[in-house]
Amino acid sequence: MITGYTIRKNQYYDSVFLMGINKKLSDNPGVTQTAVLMGTEMNKELLQDIGFTGDEIAAAGANDLIVGVIGETQSTVDTVLADLDKLLNAEIGETTHQNWHRFEDGLEYQPDSNLAVISIPGEFVYREALKALEAGLHVFIFSSNVPLEEEKALKENALEKNLLVMGPDCGTSLIAGHGIGFANAVRKGSIGVIGASGTGLQEFTCQIHNGGLGISHAIGTGTNDVSDQIGGITSFLAVDALEADPSTEVIVFISKPPGSKFQESLIKHFETCSKPAVCCFLGAESSPDQSSKLKFASTIDDAVTWARHLINGDPMPGTESLTDEELSLIDAEVVKFSDDQRYLRGIFAGGTFTYQSQKILQSQGVEVYSNAPLKPEYKLEDPNQSIKNSIVDMGDEFYTLGRPHPMIDGTIRKERILAEGNYPEMAILFLDFILGYNASADPVGELLDAIHHAQQSFQVRGAHLTVVASICGTEDDSQDLNLQTQLLRDQKVFVFQSNSRAAYFCAEILKRLGD
Amino acid sequence: MEITIQELFQDDLKVINVGLRKFAEELDKQDIDVVQIDWSPPAGGDQNLIDLLDDLL
Repeated sequence: MITGYTIRKNQYYDSVFLMGINKKLSDNPGVTQTAVLMGTEMNKELLQDIGFTGDEIAAAGANDLIVGVIGETQSTVDTVLADLDKLLNAEIGETTHQNWHRFEDGLEYQPDSNLAVISIPGEFVYREALKALEAGLHVFIFSSNVPLEEEKALKENALEKNLLVMGPDCGTSLIAGHGIGFANAVRKGSIGVIGASGTGLQEFTCQIHNGGLGISHAIGTGTNDVSDQIGGITSFLAVDALEADPSTEVIVFISKPPGSKFQESLIKHFETCSKPAVCCFLGAESSPDQSSKLKFASTIDDAVTWARHLINGDPMPGTESLTDEELSLIDAEVVKFSDDQRYLRGIFAGGTFTYQSQKILQSQGVEVYSNAPLKPEYKLEDPNQSIKNSIVDMGDEFYTLGRPHPMIDGTIRKERILAEGNYPEMAILFLDFILGYNASADPVGELLDAIHHAQQSFQVRGAHLTVVASICGTEDDSQDLNLQTQLLRDQKVFVFQSNSRAAYFCAEILKRLGD
Repeated sequence: MEITIQELFQDDLKVINVGLRKFAEELDKQDIDVVQIDWSPPAGGDQNLIDLLDDLL
C-alpha cells in the first residue's frame, strides 16, 4: 500500500464539509483509506494512528488542512491528491453565495439579523455567542463541549436582555415553522414545546404533525439547561414566551428527569401559567398527581396524547398495550427463531431513543447493556462489543471521533449491523431512522444492503432475524416519510412511527422468547 | 438593540450562521435570509494568543 498526504496552509473548513470531501475521496477506485482533517493536536494523533506521519504534519496548525490518502498504487494516490483543489472548489461552489469570515462582518451585511446559529468547536463558542448577545441577537448553539460556567455566563447575560440562548448542545428548534439544526418539516399549529434533547423534540413534533395537528414553536434548551447548576434559565424564558405567544394554546416540556430543584421550580411555574401544560420527564418512575391544568407523561407518545387531549379533547388511549394485529404479527414471528436466538441488538442514531427504549424495555423486565446504560453495571466495557440485550447510541463521541454522525451518514451503523449479523443468538435487530433538515438524504437506503445481508446470514443458517425500526419524520421532509417507510417494509422490516411503540413491540417478542 | 422573543416568533427569521455550511444551506432552502460566516479558530487556535488578543481588545 502507498501512503501520501498534502497540506493546505490556512484553509479552514468545518467538520461536516470535510467529511463530505472525505467520502468523495474514499469513493475513488484503488483508494483504501483517506483522512481529511484540520491540524488540531487531537486530529494529528488520529492521523498518526492511521499511519500518516511527517515533519509537515507535526508542524501543521488548527487552521491547516491535512489530506491523507492510502491507495493501491502510487499513481492512484498522486491522482487523488492532485485533484483535491478541484474537488474543494466544486464543493464550495455548491454552498451559499455570500460568505464572510467574522461575525461582525456578517452583522454589518445583514444588520437586521435576529438569530445567530453557532456550530464551531465548543472551546471557541463563548466569544462568538457573546458577540451575538451584545448585538441583541437570540442564539442557537449546536456545539457541545462548552464549559458549564461559560454556558451559565452566556445565559445570565441573555436573561438580562430577555434573549434566548438555545443550547449549547442544542440539536433542534422550530421557530414559526422554520427548522433550525436537525428539525423536520412540520406544519404550524397551536402546540408549543420546549425540550432539552434534539431527537426528543423531533419525535414529538413529527408525531404531532403526523396526527394532523401543528407546532407553534419548538424551543431547544440544550442538555444542561435542566441541571440544577444552570437552573433552567432558557427553559423558564421559553415557558414565559410561549405563555405570551398568541398562537400557542398548550405548552409541552420534554426532558430526561431533570435536576430536582429545577423540576420543583418548573412545576410551580407551570401551576401559575395561564395555559394548560404537559411535563414529560422521560422514563420518570413516579410523577406528581395530574391536575386539571398540568399533566405528566413519561414517554414522548404519552406527551403527544396529552397535548392532543388538551387541544381538542381527543380520547386518551393507552400507549403501552399492543394492538391485536401487532400481537398476531408477533405470534407468527416467534415460531421462526432457532432455539438459541433470544437477544435484541439496537443500533441507534438518536441518544433520546437509546434512553427511552432502554426505559421501556426495563419496564417490561428486560435489562439492556449499552454505551449509555441506565445502570452502571450494564455499561458495555467495549462499546464495539455488544453483550446479550444491547442498545448502542452510535451518535456518541466514541464512535464519531473523526467520522460523521450516524444521522448525517450511515457508514458506522452499516458496519455495526454487518458485525452484529454474525452473532447467532440475536433474534431482533432494532433500529431508529431520523429524517429532516441536515440529516442524511436517504437514511434507510444507506442501510438497506446491510439489513438484507444480516437477514440473509440468519436465513442460510436456517434461522430468522426480526428487524424492527422506528422512523422519525414527516411526509414533507425531503427524504419523504412514506418512501422511507416503504423501503423498509419491502425489506420485511416492522416499521413504527414511534420509538416507544417499536420498543414495546420488541419487549413483547423478548418476553415470549424468555417464556 | 435587543429583539424580544415575541418579535423573534413573529418576524421573518434573519440568521447569521457561524460554522457548519450545511446549516446555512438548509436555512436557505426554507427561504430564510442567512449570512454564512466561514469561521476559523482565531490566532490559529493558540489559546495564549487568543487571551492576549482579547485583552488588547
